[in-house]
Amino acid sequence: MAEATLPHNVPAEYEPSLFGTYSKKIGMWLFLLSDSLTFGALLYAYSYGRISTPHWPTPFHSESIVNATIMTAFLLTSSLTMVLAVRAAVNKDAKAQRLWLLATMACGMGFVILHGREWAKLIAEGLTLPVFPKLAGSTAAGEFATVAQTVPQFAATFFGLTGMHMLHVTLGVVYLGVVALRRNFIPVLLVFWLAAWLGTPPTSPFHYGAHVLLLAAIVCSIILWLKPKIYDSSDVEVAGLYWHFVDLVWMFIFPLVYLMSARI
Amino acid sequence: MEAFQQAIADQVAEQQRHHGKAQFFWVWSALLVMTAIEVYLTYQNMQPLRMLTILMGLSLVKAALIIGFFMHMKYEISRMKWLTMCALVACLSLMLFFFPDALRILSLGVR
Repeated sequence: MAEATLPHNVPAEYEPSLFGTYSKKIGMWLFLLSDSLTFGALLYAYSYGRISTPHWPTPFHSESIVNATIMTAFLLTSSLTMVLAVRAAVNKDAKAQRLWLLATMACGMGFVILHGREWAKLIAEGLTLPVFPKLAGSTAAGEFATVAQTVPQFAATFFGLTGMHMLHVTLGVVYLGVVALRRNFIPVLLVFWLAAWLGTPPTSPFHYGAHVLLLAAIVCSIILWLKPKIYDSSDVEVAGLYWHFVDLVWMFIFPLVYLMSARI
Repeated sequence: MEAFQQAIADQVAEQQRHHGKAQFFWVWSALLVMTAIEVYLTYQNMQPLRMLTILMGLSLVKAALIIGFFMHMKYEISRMKWLTMCALVACLSLMLFFFPDALRILSLGVR
């Protein structure tokens, strides 16, 4: 049977991209569409619980609303710095790209720290889940000790939804760290892990949640060892899509969960 | 990345090079202002349904700004825009079918 051969010096012609852009970006869009259904399901579950429960708690005092507003400002600002990082990347300004990415990470970390503080406050007041470590002795008198028992849907949907979002922000910071610093980010990530693990008491869910960072460090090490590369503007743009999505989801969580459950 | 993918990526980067920096600051400012309006409304003790409608309306506008400008969807070709956004809206809308059930539970008097 004769074999077909292609001459080597003829420039190849390819079909144009169906969506007018490169595959990596289309892949990220597909992932984000599927992830939006995950968050959609969680938001619908929260709303379903709220509609079907007559005495839905409204636990967020003015202090919590201010805290959540600052968190929102952090995320919106991080989106601006992210888009400036993409702009620096397409202009091939490596230094500015790295600085804007680091600024985005700083805003993301600010968001996670404030959110963690909010969680710790609610847990200390008695709003908790059975899976969380038990606080020594004290929570029975907290403001929300009865809420956790009479309306368990609230704690389940609140921690489920905001916890999933916090996980996305944390992984987003790791993703941007890898794009900005490559292998140099691994020791930084390990320091973050140790700080989060040793800096939180064993009664905090973050004490165990911190191991996500260790897992991320292992996965990133494997990826960076197997496929070391210099990330170009397309990589920064794709990372930016993920980051903006995390911001986008918060635009629905903030009003639906916090503002609609405010007790002013 | 393969050569033809790199060529497309370079083309996309070239298009993005012409996007003005100022528009990103405008979008960011608009998002912050809308957030401030949302928080202001929270302190007005409005009727919950009315407040929910306004908040969700503002959230949709904010989402459109983020997708359109920050995620560059505004500059994608029509096929990309319509296929992704229609698929997303259709799938999320399907979940609305759960809500009548939530109302039914309420009217049945489950406590």
